[in-house]
Amino acid sequence: MIIEIDDISKVYEVGTQEVHALRGVSMKVEDNEYLAIMGPSGSGKSTLMNVLGCLDTPSSGSYRFVNELVSEMNDDQLAEIRNREIGFVFQTFNLLPRATALHNVELPMIYNGTPSTKRKSLAKEALEKVGLSDRMDHRPSELSGGQRQRVAIARSLVNNPKIILADEPTGNLDTKTGEEIMEIFEELHDQGNTIILVTHEEYIAEHTNRIVRLRDGRIERDEATD
Amino acid sequence: MNKFFIDIWESLKIALQALRTNKLRSFLTTLGIIIGITTVIGILSIIRGLNDSFYTSISALGSDNLYIQKFAWFSRDDWLEARNRKNITMKEVDAIQKQATLVKAVAPVVGARRTVKYKSEQLKNVSITGSTEYYMVTGNVVPEYGRPLSEQDVEHRRAVCVIGWEVADKLFKKVSPLGRRIKLGSFKFRVVGVLEKRGSLFGNNLDSEVIIPFGVFQKLYGSRRWMTIEVKVKDQERIEEAKDELVGILRRVRKVAPGEDNDFAINQQDMIADMYKRLTTALYAVAFGVGSIALLVGGIGVMNILLVSITERTREIGIRKAIGAKNKNILWQFLIESIVISSLGGLLGIVFGLLIAKLISSASFLSASVSWPIIFIGIVFIAIVGLFFGIYPAYKAAKLNPIDALHYE
Ligand SMILES: Nc1ncnc2c1ncn2[C@@H]1O[C@H](COP(=O)(O)OP(=O)(O)OP(=O)(O)O)[C@@H](O)[C@H]1O
Ligand SMILES: [Mg+2]
Repeated sequence: MIIEIDDISKVYEVGTQEVHALRGVSMKVEDNEYLAIMGPSGSGKSTLMNVLGCLDTPSSGSYRFVNELVSEMNDDQLAEIRNREIGFVFQTFNLLPRATALHNVELPMIYNGTPSTKRKSLAKEALEKVGLSDRMDHRPSELSGGQRQRVAIARSLVNNPKIILADEPTGNLDTKTGEEIMEIFEELHDQGNTIILVTHEEYIAEHTNRIVRLRDGRIERDEATD
Repeated sequence: MNKFFIDIWESLKIALQALRTNKLRSFLTTLGIIIGITTVIGILSIIRGLNDSFYTSISALGSDNLYIQKFAWFSRDDWLEARNRKNITMKEVDAIQKQATLVKAVAPVVGARRTVKYKSEQLKNVSITGSTEYYMVTGNVVPEYGRPLSEQDVEHRRAVCVIGWEVADKLFKKVSPLGRRIKLGSFKFRVVGVLEKRGSLFGNNLDSEVIIPFGVFQKLYGSRRWMTIEVKVKDQERIEEAKDELVGILRRVRKVAPGEDNDFAINQQDMIADMYKRLTTALYAVAFGVGSIALLVGGIGVMNILLVSITERTREIGIRKAIGAKNKNILWQFLIESIVISSLGGLLGIVFGLLIAKLISSASFLSASVSWPIIFIGIVFIAIVGLFFGIYPAYKAAKLNPIDALHYE
């Protein structure tokens, strides 16, 4: 068991108004699952992903990550989990604009004290995995959208996390490039990685083994694909 | 520990990268610090230079010398009252010579400034000193060659002179001055001795001097001039006793009634040193004041620019946190940026300060001297300023919530 959440809710307070982004979500994710979260805009997909990725804390409910109670952890412990156990891929890539592809991929290892030479070789390895060995010294502005997302995926992989979370990883890419990115995820899954991704597109979701559908902050349906 | 150094090293690299992308802004930010440090280093270097030259030149006065005059140096006494005091005359000199037991030598000294000529050469504004053979002792003047004024020169009012090193150098380019006659106005004086080089005292060139017998001076320039009696005491340890003795003698000669104030003053080198200390203390205070205000302003500037920089880089902070940067990593990143900015400003300030001190010392009689320990302490101090003013912004950055930071537009 990698992830086990129980009755998670998230309430935002906007002025005097309360926005219920999640209203009691429970689910489990097993090792080597490949799962898509779908649902209309505003249904709470990103909120759920942020909670799963330890980027945000739920208002109530419990979250166990590999049997550890994340909902009780402090800032440093959460940072540690984000660094070592979770790889996050964003819709908008979120690369450091002034750093090279190589440096961007090295970044997570800087925060766990990996020595510089080892960092470089691991980062190169990760970039090779996503097919970018010839673009290591390019900055994000010198790369196409698809290439940027590959860098981001390489960054998410580089610390060998237990799970990869991707919030609309193809949302900013055209169909063909999106397919290429999906091929990478498929390969990673075949190699034994656990992956959760958020998408709006049925054809993207079809790559996965299980689809969780959200509506108004609740799980509407949770089913395996065939 | 090792990991700590990796953290610091990475933070340093990030900070330098950030400075490189914002060169002009970083420079402008440090301007306050640069100006502050420039002033402080400039003033400190000049004070040190002053100290060096002051203590060498004040030693020309001799710590075992006393100067009897109508005025006390640096006193706030009523100037008009002092002006109406009786002149100091040879009568006092004679009395001291006869009665004082703690005194090694006594010399009456009068002075004027005149042009001195030899054939077609002339030297303006030379200090003409009228005194006795004892001036050689009280004034610490030693002939390099020739002889000093003698008792006979003084007694018989001979038209002879002993000249300073520079007078000899400027007037007698090719020949030896000994035995030659120089002209003071229409009077001719035979040179009997040349003094060794003495340097200057408070910008006053001691080598541009002509010493003539006291009586001759009075005949030439009048006898009503204010006179200084220079006294050299036998034992510097007992200088206070010697002063008391002199006060007694002078009061008797000048007929000061018991209970009345002295109508003369006994001055000594210490008074100049005291005055000098007060002056440099004031200068230190100025340096300190200007320095702390500038550092405060500079520190606030650094803090301000750091806040701007953190706002601009909120997303970057979000990204770093999302991939595992801890609060302390972000804290160090910005603290080190603050320290680096401040230290660079400080370094530039030190360089400018030294340049200015050099400029001033080459353009005036002031000299400047560099103190490496002060510079080192300065750098450490500036780094602490950077640390201090960086703490608040860095803490603010470190506390950002990752998801809020990522969504910042
Ligand atoms: N920081 C926030 N403050 C206030 N409300 C928020 C905040 N973040 C999200 N919400 C609200 O929570 C709800 C769920 O948002 P969320 O971003 O999870 O939706 P989503 O399913 O990812 O939508 P989309 O498909 O458009 O990305 C929305 O109603 C949104 O307005
Ligand atoms: Mg979303």
